[in-house]
Amino acid sequence: MLEFQSVVFQYDSEDFNIIDGLSFHLEKGEFVSVIGPSGCGKSTIFRLTNQLLPRRSGEILVDGKSIDGRRGYCGYMPQRDLLFPWRTVNENLRLPMEIRGGISRAEMDKRAAETLEHVGLAGWGDKRPEELSGGMRQRAAFARTLLTGSELLLLDEPFSALDFLTRITMQEWLLDQWEQDSKTVLFITHDVEEAIFLSGRVLVVEDTPIRKLHSFEVPAPYPRTRACLTDPKMLELRENLISLLRKEVQA
Amino acid sequence: MKKNANLPALIFMFALLIVWQCIAMGMNAAYILPSPTQVLVRLWELRKPLFTAHLPATMLCTGVGLAISIALGLLLAIVMDASPSAEKMLYPLIVASQTIPTTALAPLFVLWFGYTIWSKVLVTVLITFFPIAMTVFDGFRSAKTDMVDMLKTFGAGKKEIFLKLKIPAALPYFFSALKMAIPMSIIGAAIGEWLGAQAGLGYFSRRMMTQLDGAGVFAPIVLLSVVAMIAVGIVSWLEKKIITWRSSL
Repeated sequence: MLEFQSVVFQYDSEDFNIIDGLSFHLEKGEFVSVIGPSGCGKSTIFRLTNQLLPRRSGEILVDGKSIDGRRGYCGYMPQRDLLFPWRTVNENLRLPMEIRGGISRAEMDKRAAETLEHVGLAGWGDKRPEELSGGMRQRAAFARTLLTGSELLLLDEPFSALDFLTRITMQEWLLDQWEQDSKTVLFITHDVEEAIFLSGRVLVVEDTPIRKLHSFEVPAPYPRTRACLTDPKMLELRENLISLLRKEVQA
Repeated sequence: MKKNANLPALIFMFALLIVWQCIAMGMNAAYILPSPTQVLVRLWELRKPLFTAHLPATMLCTGVGLAISIALGLLLAIVMDASPSAEKMLYPLIVASQTIPTTALAPLFVLWFGYTIWSKVLVTVLITFFPIAMTVFDGFRSAKTDMVDMLKTFGAGKKEIFLKLKIPAALPYFFSALKMAIPMSIIGAAIGEWLGAQAGLGYFSRRMMTQLDGAGVFAPIVLLSVVAMIAVGIVSWLEKKIITWRSSL
């Protein structure tokens, strides 16, 4: 679904390649997390994928085709919900469709209402974002991401600003959504537990510059409950990952 | 609640007026310091020329000047937002234009345009376009980069980012600019009239000065202030109707 082939990228302000010949790939329908300490360049991987940053060399393929000159192949959900305060929830959801164009207003409203119901916010469409709680705002933002119509979703630490209880509720909710939608998800987080609870595979940024991502299979079948986190194999993976990241921070 | 918030200011203003009234009555020299009641009486006596000839003349200057200032200010803000090189070129010039002592320059405008409306309009525009251009430009800038990025990932181009994000983001700034610009445009028109005109409240005030009519100097000024307050009040009311989201930005 998503494939990096020897991708190289350098920020203008730096004199080294922060991404240096990186290759990895995601299968269709996978839920994969990328973890690494802050500032390691994991968000850069996202910004290369959605073309907010231009790569220096290498190739990025989505669905087997180069991303160059394409748009709407991936849905991006940023860390903060970024709902426009002057638009109602429904109007916010309509935004990606308005920009893509080619759909009638009635059709947009219909899809927005369906998606709102799908994410559990039926009846909230006419509210302003400020009237929603943090968790609800993230759900609305997720609905907006779904409405880009893309099969590949890039979620950039979407729950990091939420309080603990809302956060674990949202994680369970997200798994539920993913199982229904069968989208491919690439999920950035710095929370190891969040990564292993959600993903089938965890990619660890081992070093900056990023030359490769170390892949770990998560030894638990879907559907999951939080109980699986106490499974000895899961605990072992968690400790492994934590010590790996810690080594990095100390280095 | 809202009434209470204004109450201290009203009481204080009333107290000042009483002090003024007492001092003026003590001095008993209306040609130097007329009392507030004398000003009001004079305003009533002069109502016919003030309201039928001079107020409309000043409002015409203000209106035309404000309209040109808004158009020019918005145009400059849009151009500077769209192109960084235009910003580098224009921004310093716009700031520099405010260091020109407009009142000193205004006689030159009278030389150029005579006693027509355009010399006054030019003074008005020169002092009014600035807050509009600067504030609206800041408003465009206030559109957060991550919101711009998000729209780009949806496939939005410059035009869509401008229409769907920058304009709504700048709207509260536009209203702030307008509230600053209205009093300034009235002041600009009055200054212009002071320096050379055949009608208008500024001109009228000056004529009263030559006749040593203190209350007659004050009367048009009171009128101008009231007009400015009403206009700003209308804009504030409109702002409240339109900008319902300001608190959350």
